[in-house]
Amino acid sequence: MAEPAPTPVPTTLHSGDPSPGRAVPTTTASSPSASATPAPDDLVIAGRTLRSRLLLGTGGFPSLELMAGAIQASGAELVTVALRRVDARARGSLIDVLARAGVELLPNTAGCRTARDATLTARLAREAFATDWIKLEVIGDEDTLLPDAPELLRAAEELVDEGFVVLPYTTDDPVLARRLVDVGCAAVMPLGSPIGSGMGIRNPYNIALIREAVEAPVVLDAGVGTASDAALAMELGCDAVMAASAISRAQDPVRMARAMRHAVQAGRLAYGAGRIPRRTHARPSTPVKGLPDFG
Amino acid sequence: MIVNGRPSDIPAGETVVALLRRLGLAPDAKGVAVAVDGEVLPRACWDEFALPRDARVEVLTAMQGG
Repeated sequence: MAEPAPTPVPTTLHSGDPSPGRAVPTTTASSPSASATPAPDDLVIAGRTLRSRLLLGTGGFPSLELMAGAIQASGAELVTVALRRVDARARGSLIDVLARAGVELLPNTAGCRTARDATLTARLAREAFATDWIKLEVIGDEDTLLPDAPELLRAAEELVDEGFVVLPYTTDDPVLARRLVDVGCAAVMPLGSPIGSGMGIRNPYNIALIREAVEAPVVLDAGVGTASDAALAMELGCDAVMAASAISRAQDPVRMARAMRHAVQAGRLAYGAGRIPRRTHARPSTPVKGLPDFG
Repeated sequence: MIVNGRPSDIPAGETVVALLRRLGLAPDAKGVAVAVDGEVLPRACWDEFALPRDARVEVLTAMQGG
């Protein structure tokens, strides 16, 4: 099933600008659960159909039990995992828990600072998890964890050439997003704000511009703090939202996972429905005609 | 030989499978990957590749993240 043609409506932010929304199927309105979501509005990335538009990071959960509960509550089908040195003392059963949850793995290159390290990590992830999919992260700064754009682009190009399905974690720069898609990335994952900051979407105009700039799916990654941030991402036209810390470090991760699931669905529906334009002055919703005159 | 950043007394010529056993990992362990001197060592080579004396070996597995 093809992704609905992206007719961008970034103008929801421009006051007075009518926002027609776009033609996405509205049948989801009557069946909000992900399992009942009909096929026409499924997300397709590199030929893989995803019924959930929420991707989940597995980092930061206090326990594997809470992680499993949050995965179930989120409805996510794709979850990220990292690769780290084997620790003989503390080897959990992460892989087994994720297998029982029935989710697909999206390995990441978290912590890599050069294209060389990131490409090697991607190859190791392919070996470890038997998947060509890679969430490509190349970090350029320790304090902000912002991507290193030149290294990211270099690594993306190399991995695409090696047959990987590359989903790069990128800045909210529409030009860089286009360059990443030009070299063959299957989607782009722009940040809303720095990883784990919970600052939401600091530059919604840029996220909307990225939606306009590329045909590939746009997955809002990083910065989501609570459900309304995820809904906003979807209202801006993002095809999916990735949440990690916002869920795993919430006081009640399972409840927040459920909230995110609903927020993503609500935002998607609202995007398709087309919001009303912002106005400076009121416009009555009740007709003035027929108003009685009480003298 | 350096294994996961630490000097190791593992003798030269040992196979990756033997190294994994020392680390408490089954040779068919899921979610494990091995790099030797900055290159991926494919799973198919694990039972025959002899680790060189000065090898820098990384044995990696799935960790919660991102």
